[in-house]
Amino acid sequence: MKDLDRIQNPYRDDKVIDACSIFGMMDTSGKRFSGKDIIRAIANMHDRGNGLGGGFAVYGLYPDYADRYAFHIMYLTKKGQEEVESLLRKKFHLIHQEEIPTQPTPAITDPPAVWRYFLEINELKPEGKSDDDYVVEQVMNINTQLQDAFVFSSGKNMGAFKGVGYPEDIAEYFCLEQYEGYLWTAHGRFPTNSPGWWGGAHPFCILDWTVVHNGEISSYGINRRYLEQYGYHCTMQTDTEVVAYAVDLLIRKHNLPVEIAARVLAAPLWSDIERRPPAEQELLRTLRQVYGSLLLNGPFTVIIAHHGEMIGLTDRIRLRPLTVGTKGSMLYLSSEESAIRLVCPDLDDAWIPAGGEPIIGSLQAPIKVDVEEMVAHAH
Amino acid sequence: MKTYLPPKFLVERDLERCIKCEVCVNQCSFDNHYYDAEDDEMKSRTENCAGCHRCVTFCPTGALTVRRNPLEYRDNYNWRPEYIEDIIKQAETGSILLTGMGNDKGQRIYWDHLVLNASQVTNPSIDPLREPMELTTFLGGKPDRLELDADRKLKTKLTPQVRLEVPVMFAAMSYGAVSLNVHQSLARAATEMGTLWNTGEGGLHPTLYKYGKNTIVQVASGRFGVHPEYLDTARVVEIKIGQGAKPGIGGHLPGEKVSAEVSTTRMIPQGTDALSPAPQHDIYSIEDLAQLVYALKEATHYQKPVSVKIAAVHNSAAIASGMVRAGADIIVLDGLRGATGAAPKVIRDNVGIPIELALASVDSRLRQEGIRNRASIVISGGIRGSADVAKAVALGADAVYIGTAALIALGCRLCQQCHTGKCAWGICTSDLFLSKRINPEIGARRLANLLRGWSLELKEMLGGMGINALESLRGNRLALRGVGLNENELDTLGVRMAGS
Repeated sequence: MKDLDRIQNPYRDDKVIDACSIFGMMDTSGKRFSGKDIIRAIANMHDRGNGLGGGFAVYGLYPDYADRYAFHIMYLTKKGQEEVESLLRKKFHLIHQEEIPTQPTPAITDPPAVWRYFLEINELKPEGKSDDDYVVEQVMNINTQLQDAFVFSSGKNMGAFKGVGYPEDIAEYFCLEQYEGYLWTAHGRFPTNSPGWWGGAHPFCILDWTVVHNGEISSYGINRRYLEQYGYHCTMQTDTEVVAYAVDLLIRKHNLPVEIAARVLAAPLWSDIERRPPAEQELLRTLRQVYGSLLLNGPFTVIIAHHGEMIGLTDRIRLRPLTVGTKGSMLYLSSEESAIRLVCPDLDDAWIPAGGEPIIGSLQAPIKVDVEEMVAHAH
Repeated sequence: MKTYLPPKFLVERDLERCIKCEVCVNQCSFDNHYYDAEDDEMKSRTENCAGCHRCVTFCPTGALTVRRNPLEYRDNYNWRPEYIEDIIKQAETGSILLTGMGNDKGQRIYWDHLVLNASQVTNPSIDPLREPMELTTFLGGKPDRLELDADRKLKTKLTPQVRLEVPVMFAAMSYGAVSLNVHQSLARAATEMGTLWNTGEGGLHPTLYKYGKNTIVQVASGRFGVHPEYLDTARVVEIKIGQGAKPGIGGHLPGEKVSAEVSTTRMIPQGTDALSPAPQHDIYSIEDLAQLVYALKEATHYQKPVSVKIAAVHNSAAIASGMVRAGADIIVLDGLRGATGAAPKVIRDNVGIPIELALASVDSRLRQEGIRNRASIVISGGIRGSADVAKAVALGADAVYIGTAALIALGCRLCQQCHTGKCAWGICTSDLFLSKRINPEIGARRLANLLRGWSLELKEMLGGMGINALESLRGNRLALRGVGLNENELDTLGVRMAGS
C-alpha cells in the first residue's frame, strides 16, 4: 500500500495545516467562459500563498465527452502510468486518452506527467452498486494502493488542474487560458507542515465534487472519526478531505439538500435555533443532534462545487474571510474583495455573508437579471 | 478483646484558645471529644477520630488541629501500616472489612497523564467572555442519518433526547445511604443548572417528585421503590447492573438506617435490612437485559431514554456493544475509583479497571462496529474537576456523573466512614440529628456553584482549543496528548505522545 501519509505529511502531524487564497466564479446562466479572469483574480492574492500549491477546478470543461467520467491522473514514473492504465482498461471502457497539454514555465520544476482519460463504466461493475460508488472505489484504489500515481479528478465534464507552485504558474503550465467552463474555482496554498506535492494541492476532488478550502478545522479529530464509521478513510490527512467526504456523505449518500447540509457543517448556535419557528427549530435541532460530530469547528472558508452548483461557506463565527460579488448572472466568491473588483470593477452587488450562511450559485436558480434596471443604470 | 489498633489521628487542642464551649463535643459524631466536668477540661478519645474535620471547621476559636498519628513502624514496603492494621482489625472481628467512598490506592490516574491542546497562530483561540461557547449536550440514541420528505420536512423521528446545559450530572446515591436533605440539594441544584440527578436504588421521596424533569430514577437488583408513578415522573430510567466501587457485588442497607421515611420510599418494612442482590436475578444474560430495557420502555411508552449502568471491567467494550444492541439509549461506565456508601474494602480497592481506559476502548469499539451513534456514553468514577471532564469528553464521553465531587461540595472530607452511618457532616446518614446539618438551600447553592465554576472552566478550555461547541471536542482525541505513558497505554487510549 502506498504510504500517502509519508508523502503528504512526512512529520506525522495530526493533520496538514495550511492557509490560503480561494476564488470561485460561476455564470449561473450556464454560459462558458475562459480561465483568463480567474487566473488574474487568484494571482492578485499571491501573498496569501507560499508557492507550495495552486490549483483550479473547471465545470463544463469537456462538452464533447459530457457523459464520460473524465479522469485527470498524475504520474511520477512510467511504471506508475502502465499500472494505472492496465487497471483502467480492465475496469472501464477507455474511450479516449491523452497527455494534458502543458507549456514550459520557469517557476514549475520537475513536474509529473498528467494525463486525462474519458471512461465508461464496463460490465465488471457489480450489480447493485451505483456507477458513482464504483468510480469512487477505483479512485480510492489508485490513490491508496498504486505507487507513483494519483487521481486529480474523476467527474464528468469537469476537471482539476493542480500542482506545486503559485496558482498563476500552474495556470500557465497547464495553458488554462485556453479552456472554457461555466464554473471555475481556484486555490493558492500556504501549507505550514507539508513539503508540497502535486497530489496535495487543492482543489480536492471526488467524482464531480471539488473543494477549495482556506482554514484549519479544529474539530478535525472527531469529524474524521465520525466519517470513518461510514467507511471514509482520510488518507490525505487534510481538513479539506474531511470537508469533501462530509459533503459527499450528507448530500450524495444521505440526500440532504445543500442548504441543509450547510447547516450541519456550520450549525447555528442553540440560542439561534430556539428563536426560529417551531418546524424549523425542530429540523435544525435534530440536524445538530444527529450530525453534531460533523460540525466543522474552527476557522474555515470553503468553496464547494459540483455540476450546476457552487457553494461558499464560512465557519459559524466567520474566522476566515469570504466576499461575495454579483454581476448580471455571474456569481463571484473570493477571500478578498479586491480580487473580484480586479476582474469585474462594476459589480451589481458585493457583500460579506454572515458566519455560517451558505452562498449558493445554481444553474437551477440563476441570478435574475433585471434588464430594465440594467438599461436604466447604463443611462 | 483489647484492640491492638493504634489511633489514626491525634487531635490537638490549643488550650490558650479553647473556651470550653463544647461545640466540638456536639459536632463530633464519632465520640471523640468530651468535657470532663471533674477536671473542668476538654478531652479527646483520639482513637475515635475519623479525620473528618467537622470539629476543626466549627471550632469558633480555631483551637483544634487534627494530625496524622506519627507512630512509626519499622520501614517495610511490603508490610505497610495499612496491611498491618487491616490484619489487626480482622483478627479482632473475623469479618469482611467494610469501607466507604472510592478506591484510595495508587493505580495510575490517567487523567494526570493527559494534557489538552490550545490554538496558536494557525487558528485563533476564542474568548468565551466575548463569543458564544456551547456546552449543550443531548443524551439519547441518534440515528445514522436523517431523512427529509419532498417538502424538506423531517421524516426521521428521534428517540427521546435529554438536554443538558452542562455535561455533568449527579451520580446515583440512594435515599437511605444519603439523607433526604442531600437528595433535595442535588435535585434543586440539577434543576437550577439544567442537568440531571440520580435517585440511586432507594426510590424517590414523594416530596421530590416535583423535580422529576431533572431526575434519573434507578431500577436496580433490589427493585426498591420502583412503581409506575416513579417511572412516569422521571426524565431517564436507569438500569443499574454494577457499580465501580463494588463490581459484582450487591448492596446492603442495614436495618438501622431504614427509618419510617426510608421504609415508605423503598417500599420495605421499617427496620429491615435492604438487600440488593449481586446480580439482577432476571438478568443472567444479554437477552435478559434487552427484555428489561424494553419492559421499561413499554412501561414508559417510549417517552424516556433507558440507561444501563455497569462497572468498568475487563471486557467492558464487548459488554457495552451488547448493551447498545440490547436497546440501551445511554450506557454508563463506572470506573475503578467510583465511590459507595459501603463496600468490602478488598473489592473496592482491587476489582475493576480505570475509567479512562474503559471509556477509550468502549468508544473505539462502538465506532469500529458502527453503532456509536445509537447510544450516549456517560462515565463516572473519580472525576475531580473540569479538566477531567474535558479529557473524558475528548476521549469520547457524552457526559459524566459526579458523586464524590458533589459530596465534597456539601462538606464531605473523604474520611471513608460512610458505612458507619455516623457521618458528622450529615451526608451519608439517616440519623435525623446529623442529617439536618445539610441545609438543602445552602447545599443546592454549593452544588450549583460547583457546576457553574466547572462550566466556566470548560468554556475557557474549549475556547483555548479554538472550538465553540462541546460536540467538536467529543471524541476528538487529537485534542489530547499523553505524558509519561507507554506505547500500549497510548494505544489503548487512542492518544499520541506529547511532542509527537
